[in-house]
Amino acid sequence: MSVMVVRKKVTRKWEKLPGRNTFCCDGRVMMARQKGIFYLTLFLILGTCTLFFAFECRYLAVQLSPAIPVFAAMLFLFSMATLLRTSFSDPGVIPRALPDEAAFIEMEIEATNGAVPQGQRPPPRIKNFQINNQIVKLKYCYTCKIFRPPRASHCSICDNCVERFDHHCPWVGNCVGKRNYRYFYLFILSLSLLTIYVFAFNIVYVALKSLKIGFLETLKETPGTVLEVLICFFTLWSVVGLTGFHTFLVALNQTTNEDIKGSWTGKNRVQNPYSHGNIVKNCCEVLCGPLPPSVLDRRGILPLEESGSRPPSTQDTSSSLLPQSPAPTEHLSPNEMPEDTSTPEEMPPPEPPEPPQEVTEAEK
Amino acid sequence: MPPQVHNLQELRRSASLATKVFIQRDYSDGTICQFQTKFPPELDSRIERQLFEETVKTLNGFYAEAEKIGGSSYLEGCLACATAYFIFLCMETHYEKVLKKISRYIQEQNEKIFAPRGLLLTDPVERGMRVIEISIYEDRCSSGSSSSGSSSGSGSSGGGGGAGAR
Repeated sequence: MSVMVVRKKVTRKWEKLPGRNTFCCDGRVMMARQKGIFYLTLFLILGTCTLFFAFECRYLAVQLSPAIPVFAAMLFLFSMATLLRTSFSDPGVIPRALPDEAAFIEMEIEATNGAVPQGQRPPPRIKNFQINNQIVKLKYCYTCKIFRPPRASHCSICDNCVERFDHHCPWVGNCVGKRNYRYFYLFILSLSLLTIYVFAFNIVYVALKSLKIGFLETLKETPGTVLEVLICFFTLWSVVGLTGFHTFLVALNQTTNEDIKGSWTGKNRVQNPYSHGNIVKNCCEVLCGPLPPSVLDRRGILPLEESGSRPPSTQDTSSSLLPQSPAPTEHLSPNEMPEDTSTPEEMPPPEPPEPPQEVTEAEK
Repeated sequence: MPPQVHNLQELRRSASLATKVFIQRDYSDGTICQFQTKFPPELDSRIERQLFEETVKTLNGFYAEAEKIGGSSYLEGCLACATAYFIFLCMETHYEKVLKKISRYIQEQNEKIFAPRGLLLTDPVERGMRVIEISIYEDRCSSGSSSSGSSSGSGSSGGGGGAGAR
């Protein structure tokens, strides 16, 4: 007679998180819902580098130096590591307010503004704070029911408030925010270097081999070279430009979101209160500063009474733990809507039209 | 005289939650994690202002330590970058170490100061670092009538605040 061991399925917190993220590896990996362009990024990098290692490197290692493929491998591994870190980590999502907290804040707001008669749009919920002798406004997020910290913004694609929100990058399939900005920066920096490296050595390879067997013969022997050069050429213009732009932002301690909105530029605007005034200090803080851990606690275990009531579902945002009514409340805040739309993409290729919300399960 | 609540376990068993107070973040110093030291009126009859302020100031000090930008944080950042951040698979960041310290401090404060007064501090990390949630408990044994949620001026406050009488 065999003994049946019943394994109780543990429900982890990531299964009940609101917002439009997908989670993998039992909550260890967190990404945006649309991952198609991320797969394209992976394919381009892996494909180009595979061709490079398979063809050009073999020739160049013998003819010039074996250090060439070694450096290429190091650059490749570093950019892949930073890409995966950027894509899979929590960008700094601020969890939504629990019902008690939301009610407390509502009471405070009503006490300040006075009760709003039924049917009327409530006044915009803004709190003023002073930072380093400059007034900074805190906005109330109707979806997350919190007053957003300064520099935080609500990403409409992922439906989360993200701290120090930079932008939503479809190429890495995730938002770029406080916790993964340095990985993102290092990714585009190392990718620029890798692209330049592969491009340069492809030219060297073609030049060297053409001297021996002629230009057309070289291209016939390794047709992959043409493809690599084309990909590197187009990538160069976009990624190197992007790296330059982000270097500028890092030096001034600004985010893409602030730059696009023009928060700190212009005659009548305040100066950036977060900048230390010193380029080195700004770079050090953004790239080497302390890294706060994720507050989402994705792999925490939910108590049984909460987990038993609903079937686990990561795509199910409407029946989240919080009693929210997503659509109606958004209409009450037209002042919030224009700024909440995701920032336009920085890469020259235009962003593909956003697919309908019902993304197929196959993507997961 | 109503029975006093002495420890956390007793508090959770015998008391019922009356209300919660949320201490908000203080952004006057920038985006670093600091909490307002303003004394909420709901705690007026429960705990001394000075004790409360001391707790919040100590927490603020811990968070400032975690987010301090200096030599050691740069070293950690550069070392991590040099190892392509694989080092975080085996090493805890400075921030995480301080968060553990904070959690132990909050546990200690709950046991020594807050639970005897019928209060419970929740670690801000569990609330997304947005607020310090303070749960105010009514002692079920003492006052069955005051379950409407008003904590100040109720009869049971004498039981919780016996040790810290004004």
